[in-house]
Amino acid sequence: MAKLVLRRLVQMLLIMVVASLLLFAIFDTPEFKKRLAIQELGGFAVSALSEDSYNQWLAEKGLDVPFYQRYVNWVGNILSGDMGYSYEKATPVAPLLLDRLANTGILAFFVFALMIPISLLLGVLAGMKEGSIQDRAISFFSVFTTSIPEIATAILLTVIFALGLQWFPVKSAMIGGFQFDQLILPVLTLVLYDFGYVARMTRASMAEVMTSQYIRTAILKGLPYKRVIMKHALRNALIAPFTIIVLQLNWLLSGVVVVEVFFEYDGFGKLLLEAALFPDVEVVQACTLVAVAVAVLSQLISDIGYTFLNPRIRFA
Amino acid sequence: MAVSESIAAPGLVERLSAPKPAITLLLLMWVPLTIYVMFGAHQFVLLPAIPATILLYWVAFYNFRESSTAIIGLTLVFFWLLMAVSAPYLPLVDPNKPIAPFTLPFSEKRDIFFWLGTDFKGRDMLSRMIWGCQRVIVWGVTATFVAYVIGTLFGLIAGYLSGWWDEIISFLANVLLSFPVMVLFIVILNYLGPSGFNIVVAVTFASAPAIMRIVRGLTLDIKTRDYVYAAQTRGEHPFYIMVIELLPNVRGPIIVDACLRLGYTTVAITTLTFLGLGLQPPDPDWGLMIREAAKTAMLWKFSYMLLVPALSVSTLILGFNLMADGLREMSLKD
Repeated sequence: MAKLVLRRLVQMLLIMVVASLLLFAIFDTPEFKKRLAIQELGGFAVSALSEDSYNQWLAEKGLDVPFYQRYVNWVGNILSGDMGYSYEKATPVAPLLLDRLANTGILAFFVFALMIPISLLLGVLAGMKEGSIQDRAISFFSVFTTSIPEIATAILLTVIFALGLQWFPVKSAMIGGFQFDQLILPVLTLVLYDFGYVARMTRASMAEVMTSQYIRTAILKGLPYKRVIMKHALRNALIAPFTIIVLQLNWLLSGVVVVEVFFEYDGFGKLLLEAALFPDVEVVQACTLVAVAVAVLSQLISDIGYTFLNPRIRFA
Repeated sequence: MAVSESIAAPGLVERLSAPKPAITLLLLMWVPLTIYVMFGAHQFVLLPAIPATILLYWVAFYNFRESSTAIIGLTLVFFWLLMAVSAPYLPLVDPNKPIAPFTLPFSEKRDIFFWLGTDFKGRDMLSRMIWGCQRVIVWGVTATFVAYVIGTLFGLIAGYLSGWWDEIISFLANVLLSFPVMVLFIVILNYLGPSGFNIVVAVTFASAPAIMRIVRGLTLDIKTRDYVYAAQTRGEHPFYIMVIELLPNVRGPIIVDACLRLGYTTVAITTLTFLGLGLQPPDPDWGLMIREAAKTAMLWKFSYMLLVPALSVSTLILGFNLMADGLREMSLKD
């Protein structure tokens, strides 16, 4: 167990190092650095930048040293909390990013709070009796909702609930402070898109458990069906969905971009996209690093959690 | 997403029982015809692409007849495919020509009947929908195909040669897979700049690692078979073994996965264009239609501008997913 955790940790660190190296290297070209210089020196076009002032700027920023030194400096800065400066928003990146991450965290909290019970319940109901009408209905529904891309779900929900029925506001910009009714449509969009996959995985795991020998024994022993499900089947059937749910964090980070941009919700995804369109290189780098870190961490948690929850592996 | 699910399709190729030379011939005919038509060379009237598409649909229909799910998916996909191929021959208005702004659906203006209305610039929605479908399918298929070629190649190398090759390729794949997909797209397109070709590159970087993993797993299984040993004993070159012995035997699961991945790629292209990082205006595209409508048409009266592209992309993706589901069902049946 300890050995496995250690191995995973080393692997994760290696992945982070290579990912950050790639991220640093692709934005380390003169083209991007010249753009940065212009933004900082207040010029208008690359051609307006003279060779001398560019070199002076490089020396000033400590960017005239060899590649590996620049990379080490950059990583050191990030680890000490200095993530760079956003020229579009004219603030340091770190507080900005924290603020936006908190907003996305609120969104993600409600998504998970809704998605986990719904998907587990539907998955268990479908997997309990494989091939029954309820199984077919739930399976079809989950394929259907997962097939509709987030952008289309967002549009359908907006048209029905915001434009047609006018129950909720169209945009979720939260201009006058936090408003709960602005959060409903983005959360609903993400839940509708995401729950189908988890439900299907739960169904598969539940269906597999239901065909096992010990469930047959429990039923033949004459135990009430409810007790067979609650006490015997669920315990084993819910191990696999646990890992899937943790891994959904990774999917949420990509899904959140579209939803936040469509609803104009001020979160992580919108920040990343705005930075990419500007282009605000240091913000893009910081956001991507955070996203990769979250993804890798969730992978680690799901791996360790799976090992811990499954006694066949834990005691092996 | 469905990587682990799609592994289970061992007997699929055997079950696609139609006369194989016919399928091959059809594909050989159909692919260049459609590519030729879709990349805008349609002034040299290439009508045979339309009957070829219909014929291909019938052959696929015959093969999928056991599974109603697959048939529904196939029909949805081929509906859009037919639209894409026949776009140059349909009596449509020029999709980029402003005629009458904010005309509602099913109404007539300036002697033209607008089935789906016009957008805020006065361009015909029906025409934009059909032409947009062409762009989405062309770039979606191209990107998926390139990702498959590269992913399969690396998967075969990693699985068959194993050792250091495997270690390095698998590690790089893990690094790429640790980026959330949309974040990876944004970083790559930010670096390369938005265009159709760069979408192909971005999709390759995002999809090829997952494809490589599937192919690698299958290869590890297959390379212990006797016919591979026979080829090794004959002294065949590793590359020959990979292409001639291993590749044909991994295609079953790959076909199922390709259906799913075509769907993901289509979503990705639409979404990226919506975000402003994909295909560029003014040529019509579903993502672009959503992008333009989302800025202007936030009223119940004009919601058709949002609904038309949203429903189009949903039906196409639903088609791909149902087809993949049906194929998987078929392969698991016996």
